[in-house]
Amino acid sequence: MSETLAHHDEHRDDEGSKLGIWLFIFTELLFFGGLFVTYAVYRHANSQAFHLAGEQLDVTIGTINTVILLISSMTIAMSITAMQKKDKRATLILIGITLVLALVFLVNKYFEWSAKIEHGIWPGSPLLEELGRGDTLFFGLYYFMTGLHALHIIIGMVLIVVIYVRVQKDKITHDNYQLLENGGLYWHLVDLIWIFLFPLFYLIA
Amino acid sequence: MSSNPKEHTEYKSYLEEDGGRKGIYKWILSTDHKRIGLLYLYSMMGWFIIGVVLGLLMKLELIAPGQTLMGAQTYNATFTVHGVIMIFLIVIPGLPAVFGNFMLPIQIGAKDVFFPRLNLFSWYIYVLGGILVIISLFGNGAPDTGWTFYAPYSFKTGTNMLPAALGAFVLGFSSILTGLNFIVTIHRMRAPGMTWFKMPLFPWTLYGTGWIQLLATPVVGITLLMVAGERILGIGFFDPAKGGDPLLYQHLFWIYSHPAVYIMILPAMGAISEIIPTFAKKTIFGYRAIVFSTLAIAFVGYFVWGHHMYTSGMSGAALWAFSLLTFLVAIPSAIKVFNWISTMHQGSITTEVPFLWAASFIFIFMIGGLTGLVLGSLATDVHVHDTAFVVAHFHFIVFGGVGFAFFGAIHYWFPKMFGRKYDKNWAKTGWITFFVGFVSLYGPMFYLGIKGMPRRYFDYLPEFHGPNIISTLGALVMITGFVIILVNLINSARNGEKTTEKNPWGGTNLEWQVATPPPLENFDEIPTIEKATYKYD
Repeated sequence: MSETLAHHDEHRDDEGSKLGIWLFIFTELLFFGGLFVTYAVYRHANSQAFHLAGEQLDVTIGTINTVILLISSMTIAMSITAMQKKDKRATLILIGITLVLALVFLVNKYFEWSAKIEHGIWPGSPLLEELGRGDTLFFGLYYFMTGLHALHIIIGMVLIVVIYVRVQKDKITHDNYQLLENGGLYWHLVDLIWIFLFPLFYLIA
Repeated sequence: MSSNPKEHTEYKSYLEEDGGRKGIYKWILSTDHKRIGLLYLYSMMGWFIIGVVLGLLMKLELIAPGQTLMGAQTYNATFTVHGVIMIFLIVIPGLPAVFGNFMLPIQIGAKDVFFPRLNLFSWYIYVLGGILVIISLFGNGAPDTGWTFYAPYSFKTGTNMLPAALGAFVLGFSSILTGLNFIVTIHRMRAPGMTWFKMPLFPWTLYGTGWIQLLATPVVGITLLMVAGERILGIGFFDPAKGGDPLLYQHLFWIYSHPAVYIMILPAMGAISEIIPTFAKKTIFGYRAIVFSTLAIAFVGYFVWGHHMYTSGMSGAALWAFSLLTFLVAIPSAIKVFNWISTMHQGSITTEVPFLWAASFIFIFMIGGLTGLVLGSLATDVHVHDTAFVVAHFHFIVFGGVGFAFFGAIHYWFPKMFGRKYDKNWAKTGWITFFVGFVSLYGPMFYLGIKGMPRRYFDYLPEFHGPNIISTLGALVMITGFVIILVNLINSARNGEKTTEKNPWGGTNLEWQVATPPPLENFDEIPTIEKATYKYD
């Protein structure tokens, strides 16, 4: 594939590839948009049940995860600044911290989900059927939306690992760091979606 | 290849430039947008043949009342798979994936699309989606939900609908990435001097389509995932027994699937806007009006989805709002028709094959569009809802519109793409046979629908027999035409008279200024654009 690719490496267009990731972010927002619409419709129809079900979620763990994601967004942004200042070591450390924080987020999520499942709450569980329609929908949405978000965290982590390796191999440098910036943009998106999920499930109760 | 310095004394076209690969690898590993366009063309051709055979089977079943060829369940599976294949594997990727890939970079004076590897990746996703659709045919029986996968039946049916729905999800991904690629390409890679309003109209329609692909497709993606969650986990999003709302499914589904109609038709309109000025030898009438109507269709088309749901029990206010918007979206389409006809007015028309397809496109599109208004107004829709009338309407638009534009486009760009000429007499015979067959196939269905024959039944009342016979005979005539067209094109692509003529039709855009067939990176030197497009002086 060398010729066409070599050509594109020669005439690099950072603005264009940034436009590409922004368009992809639009797509992702509408992807989750469908779920937010569903949430709004069912919340409107079952406001009392959603209110009570929301109280059963662990606000502490939710808050901790929110803080973790916010910090990770900061560290990935700082890694870009470090790269601009030609500090490879700091860049790698900051990307590494981002990865660790993402992992901690997932571990927390794991504990949170297992606690709920231990209490007999999972999609289609007998207990949910007993609790009624509002709870079924609330927890259905909860698992579906946070699960899909967790999947995005994992995809983001894979992307960040790729970026880490490329920084290490000097494929991403201070005058060619568009991939790092795009990865950062994607990570902010993952963060942003959580910023909406958190109040909708944990706080509105 | 970078080791191989460019000292060709002899001209090498993209078809001869194999990148050091052999056999099929020349194709499936190449990131050349032209080869990828042809990859889509060949894959779609295979799918189209399957889809046509399924359609023919349905028409044969309907040749007489009662069971003639298949029972109810088989018929349900047949129209479902026919719909899934035709919509998701053919008309949605349709013109953008084939001619968009091939012509967009050339028409805007670029060497390739902006993300060549992503472009090839999109084709692989397309193939994966196709494989999932094939998987759905085995196991517990082919899906029988209709291509719309309406809840709650879609998660209650025992048939194998999940792979088909996931296939549609995956194909949506391919479509999104193609749209994204084209938008970035158009923004960043236009040749120097090609301002937005010097850009040809086919890229313009691809641009409008790209935005719809990007902003509407994810909605159906998440909806199909929700149905999957419903089937696998029993979540209850659309299950009334668990508090879910099936109507919400319909909303979410049509939020994508109505704009999807514009994903299909806009590039078709773009191709027609290329063909007509070339064969009328006249500057396109109202270039800007066509551009703005394209954008208007893309925008307003986003807000008319409710007209698929007039009888579903929405509120009265929603009904008239959707009806009003539906009438509004007809205006930009009519503007385009007016512009094409005005372009022909006092032009020096040569009735070459692509022009015949374009002219018949306008005829068919008008019928399809006007019958769309019958469906768009509330009172008449209630009468013909879910009848053969609806089937006739959308086949006039989707098959008559997109299909005719596709055939027009392939006859228009064929010499450029393959460097060979096709047999014009056979092409004309194929066209007239296809056209006559098409009108006799779908025309009677308008009448049947108004008389009350419902769609999606393998059987009908005896009084509907006559028009159904005409319709089935029309199908046979149309398929004869299709076979003639297909055989002629395949034969010409392999053995047709070779040509290196750059501009056989006298077109004005950049694709007619590069060599035939084009070289690997299209241009030795990126051209500078000075003149507005479609100028004959």
